[in-house]
Amino acid sequence: MKTIRVGAGLGFYGDSWRPVRASIERGGVQYIASDHLSELTLAILQKDRQKVPSAGYARDAVPMLTELWPLAAKHGVKFVLNAGGLNPQGAREAIARAFKDKGWKAKIATVSGDSVLERIDELRAAGEPLAHMDNNADIAAVRERMLFANAYLGAQPIADALSRGADIVLTGRVADAALTLGPLAHEFGWKWDDWDRMAAGLTLGHLLECSGQGSGGNFGSAGEWAKVPDYAHLGYPIAEVSEDGSALFTKPPGTGGRISFDTIRQQLLYEVHNPHAYVSPDVVLDMGTIRFDDEGNDRVRISGATGAARPAKLKIVAGYQDGWMGTGMIGFAWPEAYAKCEKSAEIIRTLVQERGWAVDDTNVEYIGYNSLLGANADPTYRDQLNECFLRMTIRTKDRKIADAFGRLFPWLGLSGPPYVGSMKGIQPAKELLGIWPTLVSRDLVEKNVKIEIENI
Amino acid sequence: MRVPLWKIAHARSGDKADRADIGLFAFDAQTYAVLKREVTKERLQNHFAAMGEGPVELWPLDNILALKIVLNAALQGGAARSLRMDNLGKNVAAQLLRMEIEAPADLPRLLLK
Repeated sequence: MKTIRVGAGLGFYGDSWRPVRASIERGGVQYIASDHLSELTLAILQKDRQKVPSAGYARDAVPMLTELWPLAAKHGVKFVLNAGGLNPQGAREAIARAFKDKGWKAKIATVSGDSVLERIDELRAAGEPLAHMDNNADIAAVRERMLFANAYLGAQPIADALSRGADIVLTGRVADAALTLGPLAHEFGWKWDDWDRMAAGLTLGHLLECSGQGSGGNFGSAGEWAKVPDYAHLGYPIAEVSEDGSALFTKPPGTGGRISFDTIRQQLLYEVHNPHAYVSPDVVLDMGTIRFDDEGNDRVRISGATGAARPAKLKIVAGYQDGWMGTGMIGFAWPEAYAKCEKSAEIIRTLVQERGWAVDDTNVEYIGYNSLLGANADPTYRDQLNECFLRMTIRTKDRKIADAFGRLFPWLGLSGPPYVGSMKGIQPAKELLGIWPTLVSRDLVEKNVKIEIENI
Repeated sequence: MRVPLWKIAHARSGDKADRADIGLFAFDAQTYAVLKREVTKERLQNHFAAMGEGPVELWPLDNILALKIVLNAALQGGAARSLRMDNLGKNVAAQLLRMEIEAPADLPRLLLK
C-alpha cells in the first residue's frame, strides 16, 4: 500500500534546518514542508523590499537549500516552502544563482498572486468591504498606513505545481498546513471536495508546521519538559500518510525529542480558535473527531479527522504602521532590588512628564519577577529578590520620542538608587504594527494566482 | 482540596492577532472530568482579568482530554504592537497553570511520588 512521508522543515523565519538533514537521510521522507512565515514575517520582508526591490523573500531558504539539496536530490526529496514571502520570483532567482554556482539542476515552481496590497481599491470597488474580521471597523482608517496585505491561498496551486514536475515549490502566503496538504493531494489524487481527506491532510500539515513543537519542543508543563530526551539533537516530526488520510506520526531514528499523545495534542490545539471549525482555504476541520493512538517509541497513529466544505471567502492578513515603541531597562541587585526598580520607574515617569512627551501607553514590567507571568506572578518573594530588572516601554506616534526614551535610563546609574547593573547598549525605537485580518471572496484572489515553472 | 493546575495538567499557548489561545490537557480521563467541571469561563475571565477585557471562549474536547481556551482582545492589539515582554503570549499557558481549582485528592497525578 502506497504511503507518503512528509517531514517538517522550518517553523519560522530563522529556525534551524540542521534537524531536516536527519529526516532526509534516515527518515524516509519524500517531501519537506517548510514554513517560513509567521503572521508578521511579511512585515519584515516588506521592509527588506523597501530597501532592496529584489528582496522581500525569506532569505534563509537559500542557505538551507544550498546545504540540503545534494542530499535531497540523492534521496528524491522535494521541497515545498512559503519562503517566497512577498517575492517568490526573487527567491527563485536567488536560489537559481546559488544552484548555478554549484552546477546543480532543479525544476523550481513559484506560486504568486496572494499579495493584494496593490488591489485594495479594486477589491473595494468589486464590493468587498475588507472590514476588520473581529470588530467590523472600516479599512479606510488604516489604508494609508498599510505595509502588506496578503490572502492565504490553499493547497491547489501547490499540487498543480507538483503535478507539472516541480522539485521545489516556492510560494508566498499560503495556509501553513497547505504546504503538506498540497503534496498529499497531488500524490493520492484526492478530490478537492473530499472533505474528510482534506481535513486529514490539514491536520497533518498543522502538526508539522511548527517544526520541533510537533516533536517535544516547547512541551508546556511543570517537570514533564525535563523528561524530553536530547533537546540538542531534537528531530523534526514526520507524517507517514496513507491514501485514506490516516497516518503514522513519528520522527527520524536516533534523534532527540518526543512524539507522544501528550506532545502532539499540544501542537494540535496550538494557535487554533474554534477547534470544531478550524477554517482553512481548503476545508473546515473538526478536531473533535480526531483519534491519536500512541504506540510508544515516538509513534502515534492519527485518524478520524472530519471536514466540512471549504469557505467561500479567503482570509487576508494585512499589517499597518501603528506608532513606535521606546524601550528602557535598568537592573539592581539586593538589597531592595524590586523597590529600586519601582522607584526608577517613578523617576522615569516624572522625566517623561516634565518633558511633555506625547506618550499613548506606558508599560512597566519587572524582569525576574513579573515580565512573563504578569498579574499571575507570585508576590511572596518580591521584596527578597536577589536581583531585578526594570523594563519600561512606551507607545508613541513620534519616532524621536521613542528613540529618546531609552536614553533616559543610563543617567540613573550615577544619579539613581544604588547597586545598578545596566543593560549594555540603548535600544532604538521599534516600529509597531497593527494587524488587519479580513475576508475576501476567493474568486477575486484565485483568478490572479500564477504558477510559473523554470528549469535551472 | 485546592490544587494548582500545574500538578495535574499541561498546557501550551500561542497568539493569533489580538487573541491569546491556550490548550489545557489532562493526563488522564478522571482529571479531565474535573477540569471540565472546574475550569469555567467565569474563572478564566477572573484569572486573566489583567490581560484585557475581551470575552473568554472555551471548548472541551473529549477525544483528547483537553480544553481549548481563547482570550479575546488580550494581547494589546497583537504581538507586533504589544509593549509587553511576552508579546506572543507564550507564557499565558504558564499563567493558567497557576490557577487553583477544587479537586479530589485521589487524582492519579496527585498520587504520583
